Amino acid sequence: METLKKYYWKWAGMLLLVYTMYMGFAGQVPRQAILNETVRNLYFHVTMWFSMIALLGVSVYHSIQYLRKSDPVNDLKSNAYVVTGLVFATLGLLTGSIWAKFTWGDWWTNDPKLNSVAIGMLIYLAYGLVRSSLPDEQQKARISSVYNIFAFIIFMVLIWILPRMTDSLHPGNGGNPGFNSMDLDNRMRMVFYPAILGWMSLGFWYAQLRIRIRKIEVLLEEKEQA
Amino acid sequence: MLQEIKVLFQKELQLEWRQKYAVHGLLLYLASTIFVCYLSFKAKQESISPITWNVLFWIILLFIAINAIGKSFTQESSQRGIFYYTLVKPESVIYSKILYNSVLMIGISLAGIFMYSWVMGNPVGNMSLYVIALILGSIGFASTLSLVGGIAAQAENTSTLMAVLSFPIIIPLLLFLLKLSKSALDGISLSENWDEIAVLASLDVIVIVLSGILFPYIWKH
Repeated sequence: METLKKYYWKWAGMLLLVYTMYMGFAGQVPRQAILNETVRNLYFHVTMWFSMIALLGVSVYHSIQYLRKSDPVNDLKSNAYVVTGLVFATLGLLTGSIWAKFTWGDWWTNDPKLNSVAIGMLIYLAYGLVRSSLPDEQQKARISSVYNIFAFIIFMVLIWILPRMTDSLHPGNGGNPGFNSMDLDNRMRMVFYPAILGWMSLGFWYAQLRIRIRKIEVLLEEKEQA
Repeated sequence: MLQEIKVLFQKELQLEWRQKYAVHGLLLYLASTIFVCYLSFKAKQESISPITWNVLFWIILLFIAINAIGKSFTQESSQRGIFYYTLVKPESVIYSKILYNSVLMIGISLAGIFMYSWVMGNPVGNMSLYVIALILGSIGFASTLSLVGGIAAQAENTSTLMAVLSFPIIIPLLLFLLKLSKSALDGISLSENWDEIAVLASLDVIVIVLSGILFPYIWKH
């Protein structure tokens, strides 16, 4: 009973994902021209970006905490959340690519959102390079925290402001109507919002596992040196 | 703090004045890049489309900015860094660097547009708007790259890190600049571009404020 209480959010998240899977493949969706059945991808593609932004946001929070307190655990967490965020970004790109193939006709279209995300991934891969090129642990933690905060703010400008100023194939940009106004009816909302929560909890669970593995690794390294 | 920024800014100017080769080197770099572009585009094909003209110029400026600003932290020895650390606030150091690099980049971009128009022609419809884009761009380049330069100077392979870190992070700025300068190229009036100018100016302000907040943590040895 104790474990059930402690890990209730994991159970809840997994139940939500089972629900998402079932409703995603077997539930009723509205019929739309061009979109057709691909609208189901809403539960799997759009949710990835929500999860990614949440994970990167938490990572920035830990970076700020690191700069304030210089606790190495914060750096470890911040790094784990960035890596998890990148995993979700990759999944988002893959699911988006499939969606793009069947609605817009190409695996990769010249769309500001796609290009922005590609640039964003370059920014975060550069973050990995900063980490690996600094040998000193404290310096590595400090510099990568600074870069992480800076990168996150630039990334937000890139994905929230820039696509709105140019034409985009995505809904809600450049004069295209958003999903809210016409496509997303109440049946889909009932799956979409739980799906966001479900994928997010999967992301946080994954990040926590990474954090725990890293902590054990650090302990082992210390033991070896002692 | 203003006093400190002023003194550090004067120090940067004096250093540059004593070692004139650095500025001369940048100007020569600018002139030779522009001339290579002239030989490979204009001289062969007689004409170049305005969009290519614009993008090419911004790419030249970007590379020069990375070269010019990347060295601003490495040229001073680490002992001198510790000396400053005992004397002034770290905020003053980064603000004076940003100020100095902005002045440098504005000078270089104005010299650049002059040389570039001389050999490559000048299809710009609204020159004053283009100059505004150049000034906002110079300040943006200077502030972003000063912070990234501070980060890159901490590692050993500074020049590689400088390029890898700054390219992706400067792309948003570059895209806004290309948009604004494209409007200037098409001769659209200033009053219809307030949105873009406001976004660019606020991006500059965000980066400068962020640099002031974050730089003290980089500098703590």
